[in-house]
Amino acid sequence: MSDENPKLSRFSVVRLIGARTLRLIGFVGGMSVLFMGAMYVILMSAFSRKYHVDVAALARQVVRIAIRSLGIVCLVQIFIGVILALQLEPTLKDFGQESQIASIIGIGGFRMLGPIITAVVLSGFAGASIAAEIGTMVVSEEIEAMEAMALNPVRFLVVPRLIATFLAMLLLTPIADLMIALGGYVTARLVLGPTVYSEYWQLMRRMLEYKDFWTGMIQAGVFGILISLIACREGLLVHGGAEGVGKATTMTVVNSIVAIVAAAGVCTVIFYVFKL
Amino acid sequence: MPVQQNPVPPVITVRDLVKRFDGRAVLDGVNLDVYPGEMLVIMGGSGCGKSTLLRQIIGASQPDEGYVELFGQKLGDMNDDEFDDACKRFGILFQSGALFNSMTIGENVALPLREHTDLDEETIEIMVKIKLEQVGLRQAEYLMPAEISGGMKKRAGLARATALDPEVLFYDEPSAGLDPVTSAEIDVLMMDMAQKLGVASVVVTHEMDSAFRIADRMIMLDKGKVLMNDTRQAFEKIRDGEPTGDETTDLIRQFLRGDCEGPITRRRQSSGYEEDILQFAGDWR
Repeated sequence: MSDENPKLSRFSVVRLIGARTLRLIGFVGGMSVLFMGAMYVILMSAFSRKYHVDVAALARQVVRIAIRSLGIVCLVQIFIGVILALQLEPTLKDFGQESQIASIIGIGGFRMLGPIITAVVLSGFAGASIAAEIGTMVVSEEIEAMEAMALNPVRFLVVPRLIATFLAMLLLTPIADLMIALGGYVTARLVLGPTVYSEYWQLMRRMLEYKDFWTGMIQAGVFGILISLIACREGLLVHGGAEGVGKATTMTVVNSIVAIVAAAGVCTVIFYVFKL
Repeated sequence: MPVQQNPVPPVITVRDLVKRFDGRAVLDGVNLDVYPGEMLVIMGGSGCGKSTLLRQIIGASQPDEGYVELFGQKLGDMNDDEFDDACKRFGILFQSGALFNSMTIGENVALPLREHTDLDEETIEIMVKIKLEQVGLRQAEYLMPAEISGGMKKRAGLARATALDPEVLFYDEPSAGLDPVTSAEIDVLMMDMAQKLGVASVVVTHEMDSAFRIADRMIMLDKGKVLMNDTRQAFEKIRDGEPTGDETTDLIRQFLRGDCEGPITRRRQSSGYEEDILQFAGDWR
């Protein structure tokens, strides 16, 4: 065995890269198929009763995803504001620019931190619970029962969760943006002194442009779609009982965070190229 | 094997069905017919392919060879709409009941009516009550699935399966996980349904007491093949008779009686033991 080892390991690296590449292609492909299926249902729901989306189910999902996570999103974002303010202050003070804390927090919060941190919180809060819920339904044959009753799981499960997560991100992100700003202001008020807080809001309003807000909102929407698609996909792919459900929730959070950061990177490049 | 000549066309036809997993044939050329109004029991040991067969018949997975015909139309030839229509003509009782846990029992039963009919809410309400009364669960209408027992879940699942007045009912191990009395009650209910609604029933089970209680016709599956397809009386004759020396008959007899000695156990003990040992030794050499 031992004399074959170097050859074997060289091949196993190739094999590993190959396997990971295939898995990535499968992941992207699966997500696209799910997204297209959901989009088809949403489009068709305007024309055919067969594809109608239950408004009550959608409202339940919005409550579950957006309203219930509101508190934790606010809490996390206030801390982000506090942390930013405290970490920026010493360096900016060296240049006598500590009042610029407001503009940095404003732009950083609205453009990136607001949406991305909200998305990360939501992937743990809502994504994991969606995956666990759908995974449990797979294990208890509910999905099979659904298909046998000629009910489309994409219409029944994926679409309400997709729309709800998308809406949740759009609802939560502006609140999150404000919370970051508020966190910075509170810190200034309590710790950093009047040079920072006296013109905090005026300075932030002067530096912020509309595009800072809506580029953040575009990303928020993209993150929302990614989180729900990943959660639904992981849930629907569950096999092997309760253990599979546990794996699916973990993979949902891991994949969501990777996807969120990757999507943020792509969005940022696009915004940079188009000078947004 | 004598298959009864029936003048009415079958509701389900399965021909030369082959399904392989990783190259191993789980179903190996299965043929069967289900006629309107009859109670057909499919039996076999664990892993004989009976659940796979059921999944094939309801179109949950595609066959590798052969075909399944539902209501005179091949599954493979159906488009999505036709398949959905076929789905509405059969009901399935899953092993665990498969109720939707986020809905009450009443909502579970109402779901197919809401989704697939144009009935108004009031009519649906009344139908739900009737369906639940048929299975003796009217008092549980507003309970959640988590709040009722396993036997009640199966009853509720049955009420949901019959909501659209299907022509065929499938039962996947209806007595699994139930105590003998509850299991007998479910049997009575199944016969009741067959008589009252005139549906054909296909029951997958390995509970012999239950099978002999309910069956009109029985099918014995083994290693993905149909060993015997005959009336209940013919199976009873084998069960109550003496060993014949014929391998197949004795195998069926052992299964029906639940004996621990016979062809099934012999096969299990001798299969590949030496090869296994030698293979194992070979790995170490």
